[in-house]
Amino acid sequence: MARYGMAIDTVRCVGCTDCVVACKTENELPEGLCRDWIVTEAAGAFPDTRLEIRSERCNHCDRPPCVHCCPTGASHVEDYGHLVQITKELCIGCKACLASCPYDARTIHRDGYADKCTFCVHRVKEGLPPACVAVCPTRCMHFGDLDDPHSEVSRLLTSRRHHALQPEAGTGPRIFFLT
Amino acid sequence: MQAVSRRRFLQVSAGAASLAVAGGVATQAGSAREPGARGADRVRKVPTFCDVCFWKCGAIAYVKNDRLWKIEGNPEDPLSSGRLCPRGSGGVGAHFDTQRLTAPLMRKQVRGAEEWVAVTWDEALTHVAGKMKEIASKHGPEAMALFSHGIGGNFLKHTLKAYGTTNIAAPSYAQCRGPRDAGFTLTFGEPVGSPERTDIRNARCLTLIGSHLGENMHNTQAQEFAEAVGRGASVIVVDPRLSVAASKAKFYLPIKPGTDTALLLAWMNVLLAEGLYDREYVAAHGFGFAAFAAELAPWTPEWAYPITGITPDVIRESAREMARHRPASLVHPGRHATWYGNDAQRSRAIALLNALLGTWGRKGGFYQPSSMNVPGYPYPPYPTSERGRADNPGKRHPFAGETITTGLRDATLTGVPYPVKGWMVYATNLLHALPDEAETIRAIQQLDLLVVLDVIPSEIAGWADVVLPEAVYLERYDDLNVEVFREPFIALRQPVVDAPADQKPNWWIARELAIKLGLEAYYPWKHVEEYLDTRLKGAGLSLAELKTKGLVRGKQPPVFYEEGVEPSFPTPSGKIEFYSLQLKEAGFDPVPRYQPTPEPPAGAFRLLYGRAPMHSFSRTQTNPLLGELMSENEVWLNAEVARRLGLERGARVRLRNQDGKVSNRVRVRPTERIRGDCVYLVHGFGHTARGLHPRFRKGASDAGLITRYERDPLMGGTGMSVNFVTLEPEV
Repeated sequence: MARYGMAIDTVRCVGCTDCVVACKTENELPEGLCRDWIVTEAAGAFPDTRLEIRSERCNHCDRPPCVHCCPTGASHVEDYGHLVQITKELCIGCKACLASCPYDARTIHRDGYADKCTFCVHRVKEGLPPACVAVCPTRCMHFGDLDDPHSEVSRLLTSRRHHALQPEAGTGPRIFFLT
Repeated sequence: MQAVSRRRFLQVSAGAASLAVAGGVATQAGSAREPGARGADRVRKVPTFCDVCFWKCGAIAYVKNDRLWKIEGNPEDPLSSGRLCPRGSGGVGAHFDTQRLTAPLMRKQVRGAEEWVAVTWDEALTHVAGKMKEIASKHGPEAMALFSHGIGGNFLKHTLKAYGTTNIAAPSYAQCRGPRDAGFTLTFGEPVGSPERTDIRNARCLTLIGSHLGENMHNTQAQEFAEAVGRGASVIVVDPRLSVAASKAKFYLPIKPGTDTALLLAWMNVLLAEGLYDREYVAAHGFGFAAFAAELAPWTPEWAYPITGITPDVIRESAREMARHRPASLVHPGRHATWYGNDAQRSRAIALLNALLGTWGRKGGFYQPSSMNVPGYPYPPYPTSERGRADNPGKRHPFAGETITTGLRDATLTGVPYPVKGWMVYATNLLHALPDEAETIRAIQQLDLLVVLDVIPSEIAGWADVVLPEAVYLERYDDLNVEVFREPFIALRQPVVDAPADQKPNWWIARELAIKLGLEAYYPWKHVEEYLDTRLKGAGLSLAELKTKGLVRGKQPPVFYEEGVEPSFPTPSGKIEFYSLQLKEAGFDPVPRYQPTPEPPAGAFRLLYGRAPMHSFSRTQTNPLLGELMSENEVWLNAEVARRLGLERGARVRLRNQDGKVSNRVRVRPTERIRGDCVYLVHGFGHTARGLHPRFRKGASDAGLITRYERDPLMGGTGMSVNFVTLEPEV
């Protein structure tokens, strides 16, 4: 089975937030809730300032702390794509997963359960990329199987410099930022 | 006691009892569905084109179980290539916006006080038509002006032209791209147009002067910019603020505001002095080159350095970089060009730099746009006006190519060249769009009639006599988009869902008004579908086909000289005018010269403003999806200056300008991304109309602080980056 991940090209990204809007409409999220967001990191003093603009979301980690700490089994690794998912009926809203996630990728839905990015698994199962990837006007986002050496993401990760977020947390994040 | 004619601002509030409409408007909410239930959903797809900005991207709207769900790009659309910008994706929120106008409103005296009263469409339009007839009989039909932005205004323009006025203007000219189009027309004989005829995707070097592509999210341009950056094109950015585009540049030139023309002259000086320009192109197409070159000789990089703050070596190196990649070396003409009042000449300098690089008509430079041939509807001819337009008496701005909004405002205030007594305002919030809102309000006091058509209760609506609520673009037909672009096509906007209350499409409003004005002859069709089908049949197509496809593409003509486009320059000389005799004859510099602009006094900052990718002007802040992405603006302040002033991130300040105008309070954003002599605001915030709750008084309005402006003598544009502010901490 595939092991899905993303490669996001920070050279192309302009931080327009289309990924955020598309996620909200695709997944019919209520006002105030989003599953992805833009981070603009600045370094250096003007005018030699460098920016890295990133579209961030759940990293669907290989070793997900949110799954290990979940007392009910609501957070789990799904066989399909090795994706980290939440069975909301099993979730008691205890927020252990929120505390364990080094990426602050989870929030509590107004209906009381933990919520986060699903990699739009409902679309992926139909052969479509996640909504954020599909709409991106700069075409900076790539989705695919990290275990398939011929996939677009694998090829990009072989040919381009990249980094993941907080690798020191040891969770094995599966979103990589091309620089 | 106020005179009856003295109009005052009247808050339009969704809370007013008169506005309560049965059914109401559902909020953007919904609950996450069971994945398994998706199969049972009824999903309908409707192609249309977007209206959240005026780029007109092809879109496909999805309706799930009779409720608007999402909007994606139409893959067949050359503008979006199937991908919308955040505003396009967030267009769903325009339909669900809880602050929408829901019924026609009339300002009436109720128990001694002015109030908004919800009325029927018949009453509202009968009143408007009556007033318009009165104005026409007292002052002539030209005394009625229309301010209109976007394709949605086409039917209103038709009604107003049939009524007999030619005073029809949009702020997109004199408050935006006008100077640019004048500068390019003076040089190449043609304007840049919209969408800009820039071939960014093939450029090997792209120079941006104040253009913040990526923050300014005109979709095609932003996509092609990412494409160019992605394949390693050289980017040169000139901007006092380190924009997103600047962060991707090979050369970032943090120029002193107001000195761009000096840099442009120095760049051209380098190209001439080092022989780096396209000699063949200049010899074949140029007029007055020797005189131009002689004029440029003194403007060396050493001359420009103390003016611009850009060192001579950087000026030379960046000029060489441009030349290395010519002709695929585009110097972007920009869009919002009304900065300092000498903007047409600056734009002409940009045009001339492009001419030296040989980019006009060349791949990676400027393409030749074209459009499909769609005949207009066979209407009777409009009445002719002997008085002409009121905006530019005596052609005091001899190179104005379109109607000057602020010229109409002048005429309204002064009665010269003749009185303007009625304004109809469509889809443009004049109080945020025109400089000096006090002047606009004074002009409004001269009016016998102010009608505002809009979807939300914008500030201008608060000054109206009659407010007419329009259906949003997802709920209506509009005129055809016969696009002038690299790839010619025709697109249809069609209703996706019903309007939630008593809002009406503009075509219906324009037609009903015409009938009440006795102008039935100008509306031989009863429903807009007849109009659209007639026009499409004239092009060998049909409405049925467009309803299914959304757009039809035409045959692809050649777009570059390299592909066989015949060079042609409709200037007086028939060539690219390096030296402009028509400018000389009119008393202007035949070759652009640098004119200094006043500098901020000690302790004050020049107020600069621009765009954020999720908002269009002042009209998207209440859209629940877009408003959430950016609910208020911040004032950008150089980090070191902020430290000196003791202002930390998030500190609240008010901005006070040189005339004592004070803004709403706004948070400070100390940043290493801006010079110390200016501050920056994203435009469109600081709303003072209560009806725009929850964005009422969120952030600061740049427009409110623009009490001064400099008129461009060539074309009447209003330079607005000439205001200075100080920061007053809130305690």
